[in-house]
Amino acid sequence: MWRNPQLDVAARSVSRRDFLKAGAVASTGLVIACFLPIGLRRAAAQPANASAPINPNAFIHIAPDNSVTILLKHSEMGQGVWTSIPMVIAEELACDLANVRVEHAPAAPAYAHTAFGMQMTGGSTSTWESFDQLRNAGAMARAMLVSAAAQKWKKPETDCRAEKGFVICGDKKASYGELADAAAKLPAPLQVKLKDAKDWTVIGKPTRRLDSKAKVSGTAEFGIDVKRPDMLVAVVARAPVFGAKVKSFDAGKAKALPGVVDVVQVPSGIAVLGKHFWAAKKGRDALVVDWDLGAGAALSTKAMREEYRKLAGTPGAVAKTAGDADAALKAAGKTIDADYEVPFLAHAPMEPLNCTVEFHPDKLASDGCDIYTGTQFQTPDQAAAAGILGIKPEQVRIHTTFLGGGFGRRANPHSDFVTEAVHVAKASGKTVKVVWTREDDIHGGYYRPMWLSRMRAALGKDGKPVAWKNTIVGQSIIAGTPFAAMMIKDGVDVTSVEGAADAPYLDAIAAHRVELHSPTSPITVLWWRSVGHSNTGFVVESFIDELAHAANKDPLEYRRMLLPPASRERRALDLAAEKFGWGNKLAKGHAAGIAVHQSFGSYVAQVAEVSVVDKSIKVHRVVCAIDCGPVVNPLTVEAQMQSGIVYGLSAALRGEITFKDGRVEQSNFHDYPALRMSEMPVVEVHIVPSTDRMGGCGEPGTPLIAPAVANAVFAATGKRLRKLPLRMV
Amino acid sequence: MKLDINGQQHEVDVPADMPLLWVLRDVVGLTGTKFGCGAAQCGACTVHIDGAPMMSCSIPAAAMEGKKITTIEGLSADASHAVQRAWIEADVVQCGYCQSGQVMAAAALLAHNPKPTDADIDAAMSGNLCRCGTYQRIRGAVHRASELLAAESTAEVGHVA
Repeated sequence: MWRNPQLDVAARSVSRRDFLKAGAVASTGLVIACFLPIGLRRAAAQPANASAPINPNAFIHIAPDNSVTILLKHSEMGQGVWTSIPMVIAEELACDLANVRVEHAPAAPAYAHTAFGMQMTGGSTSTWESFDQLRNAGAMARAMLVSAAAQKWKKPETDCRAEKGFVICGDKKASYGELADAAAKLPAPLQVKLKDAKDWTVIGKPTRRLDSKAKVSGTAEFGIDVKRPDMLVAVVARAPVFGAKVKSFDAGKAKALPGVVDVVQVPSGIAVLGKHFWAAKKGRDALVVDWDLGAGAALSTKAMREEYRKLAGTPGAVAKTAGDADAALKAAGKTIDADYEVPFLAHAPMEPLNCTVEFHPDKLASDGCDIYTGTQFQTPDQAAAAGILGIKPEQVRIHTTFLGGGFGRRANPHSDFVTEAVHVAKASGKTVKVVWTREDDIHGGYYRPMWLSRMRAALGKDGKPVAWKNTIVGQSIIAGTPFAAMMIKDGVDVTSVEGAADAPYLDAIAAHRVELHSPTSPITVLWWRSVGHSNTGFVVESFIDELAHAANKDPLEYRRMLLPPASRERRALDLAAEKFGWGNKLAKGHAAGIAVHQSFGSYVAQVAEVSVVDKSIKVHRVVCAIDCGPVVNPLTVEAQMQSGIVYGLSAALRGEITFKDGRVEQSNFHDYPALRMSEMPVVEVHIVPSTDRMGGCGEPGTPLIAPAVANAVFAATGKRLRKLPLRMV
Repeated sequence: MKLDINGQQHEVDVPADMPLLWVLRDVVGLTGTKFGCGAAQCGACTVHIDGAPMMSCSIPAAAMEGKKITTIEGLSADASHAVQRAWIEADVVQCGYCQSGQVMAAAALLAHNPKPTDADIDAAMSGNLCRCGTYQRIRGAVHRASELLAAESTAEVGHVA
């Protein structure tokens, strides 16, 4: 997922201002009350009042039993928002986290992302985009509870304090639950004072997850676990080649199978509906479909790579330029030239894609539709479903379940897995859960784009680069989506060049130029954990390592020479190097590689220790340092760094989607392998103490592990690997 | 066919080739056991068959008649098994989708090897994929569960004495 720096600065100030405005409109429902959950859902689902776009009541629900329910506007997909966001609210609400219940919020304007304006989870943004908003919500609720207690006891508010779910005044004590009804009748405070960071008791404290018990006992509900009355399960036969269309199909054999109920055609293919998954899958396998394959049948990644290489030699759209890089390179006696390549990648979340759609065909216009799925994109999915069904978006109720991994795949501007399920329900008139097989997922497109990066640099006498040119070739993720207007500027998709056009070394290089080619193909592409950085982090941090060696400098010292001493990159770099013991003697055959990279507002450095035996790369240890600004939950930051490293390492060592004759050559975890326990390095995570601007954590750990490992492989063997996945042959 | 699941007899009418996983999930309604690959590649569907860890996506339910099937729902009633407690203590889970299988694999390991080494853990747990990358905390949690189990058995011995 992406992050647009200009946009988020503006949005943060807007959200704060609008929030306070919302506080002034007490009559629109800034009320702490004992709503039934259904009532709360209805209240929250009202279209936003222009003057009150954020409604704190949408987030907090206090019941008479003193339990606090927090409605989470973000999707929990492993990244820990189920815990860290309630921590943010609890800090100001002064309630005991142990008494907090968390639920995913419905899709409603009140839950819009403060920077992106729609309800979504992605771009490693959740904590910072809601930090002020939700602390304010918590503080307002607390202030009203305190007022209610003060009135009840006829004491000045200043004599009352809120603590762990109670308001206390001298020897008097009342629980939030007791006070909720009275508080609900009070006007909302116009303004609340937030705690100083030095007074935080919840934020910054290592806190265990609130979803653990459900997830270790099998009771956590994922989309694939949803069961509705009279629900059928569908498996879809989709195009074997991108862009192929159904010419005709024969459902005879499928319909003859026990448990198969119906077969319907939908825009994406042919859906078989069964009483259970197994019947639907057997039915799908028994379908005979004649496809018009079209031009997609000629696709091959080998030919695409050739085309990319040719394009890299031609002028592209300019993403960043200073001085005259071409002239400086021409004038230099000697240049360092390298092509880097990264493949298409599937996200392969552990939970295969799925979506359940329920509506009564005769009552659609009056009763609307219910959708149960693990999505990162609630309101875009809602709008897409409404469009297909011919109803209003607010008539589509999105029930977000836990997500069995997202990594960007469940944030699709084209809403593929949701719209398909809506089509199957519409065509069949049945309540249906569409389930993808692992093969469907690996073949299903929306891949991380394949990229080629041509690098060229010249060094001065002191070894520092004097000219740098980076030409990037790869499909645009943003083109053809509603984000294009915002995120494609002068022909440059900002997500294609993030991490390259703003590489931290460029300021120290007088002549530099970053160009972009965005070829098109029938292959669908999407953001994959860390988006453009998953390419540019590898390229820039490998190439800078090449320059260090060409200049005969230590890779750490070379980076330190080029980065401003006070920069956040330097802080992360120095901490990782120190904790690793950079320069210390390693075990025989082991070598270390280093990388530093900013993404999603966080600054991360990693040192990898590897050995290469029989052409096999083994990663033994990774030391990671992150400066993400103020930390809400250190346990989450640690977990997300470990997670980003494992995800990136799977891709660095193994991940590759290739095409031959239009067909994807991989199909399941045997040929699209992920890192396993036996390959897990020891990972140490160190957090840079920081009061700088808050960044994200979900993605920034991913881009650096490939270059750190590739740089270590070079140090160990003298062989420079410029192509992912890293292979010694 | 008749299946013994978590100590209860279930009479189910399903196709003979239907994998145990789908009988558990779609017929019996025990959805704690997860579908990840359908090809015995990821371990999300791990259950115990007569105490041994097996991938339920790749064994026909019909072959399980007469055997004791234990799913995550049957491991404990309230997440009180030592492995589950250790998982919570070590803050292992992320998305959580693979964790039913991870917990079942670890419980089976500890049942026959109460004090596993890192190498034992690698060998026993490498069939269980986690895309979130919880492996390091899993490793720590297996060791912790080993301690908890040892404490439990000491307590039991003490109680009997």
